[in-house]
Amino acid sequence: MAGTKFTVIDGGRAAEVDEVEGAAVAKRARASGRPVAVDLDERAAYLGVSAAERAKALASLEAPDFTLPDLDGRRHSLSEHRGKKVLLVAYASW
Amino acid sequence: MYDELRELGFTVITVAIDQSAEDARPWIEAAHPTHPSLIDTTHVLADLYNIVNVPTILWIDARGRIVRPNDVAFGTDTFKHITGLPAATHLAALRAWVRGETTALPEARIRALQSLPTDDDQQARAEFGLGEWLFNQGRTEAAARHFAKAGELAPHDFTIRRGTMPMRGIDPMGREFREMLGAWVKAGNPYYRPLAE
Repeated sequence: MAGTKFTVIDGGRAAEVDEVEGAAVAKRARASGRPVAVDLDERAAYLGVSAAERAKALASLEAPDFTLPDLDGRRHSLSEHRGKKVLLVAYASW
Repeated sequence: MYDELRELGFTVITVAIDQSAEDARPWIEAAHPTHPSLIDTTHVLADLYNIVNVPTILWIDARGRIVRPNDVAFGTDTFKHITGLPAATHLAALRAWVRGETTALPEARIRALQSLPTDDDQQARAEFGLGEWLFNQGRTEAAARHFAKAGELAPHDFTIRRGTMPMRGIDPMGREFREMLGAWVKAGNPYYRPLAE
């Protein structure tokens, strides 16, 4: 099936690769302990971050930095607010 | 509250964990916030902080350290009749911390309260991530399969189970949610818990 396109989503970014390469990337990620979700019919795989890596970061009590957009598409990072106390609120419309 | 405390070196950052910016827009525009009001359509924050329900709050000190891990607090009493959680409890604790009248929580207490993700939690987030990508490709049915798988892997993760309902054509306030919540509570699990002390 060489030549068939396959999408690999890694770090939130999607990249199109050859199907054989996609399968190899997914296998390597899984072997390194990362969670991998695969849909062979849709020819796509999502590579996540391992529980060990996330748990280690949280257990350090160092607040993980993130960058997200506001309604106008302007991007903000937690680290811009170093020096201030921060109330972080996650909510949803659902 | 925010305006009163920001002169003391404080900010609020709100993050809407929603399917699109448009879902969050009416809420944000109604609140006229002067602090960062961010949108997270791909569960970046949920993944980093192991957030499994909303609302979830955290306190982060001026050095960037977590001093109150994932906790439940509401800004108003709109849902108090359902949750039994008065907004004033958190607001009073927050105000005292920002003013420097109290420290947050002792480190041992922070660690005891922290919930760290398991392999299944992270596999569920990968299934969600694939589902979310497929949904945006118009592959609604394939997306729903991965959302369902994610929910089975992490049944306590309402950010996934309830948050994906709109993408599966299910009313997140409707019968399925009430049944899911009923089963969860009946099994002896808390949905919301009072602010940790």
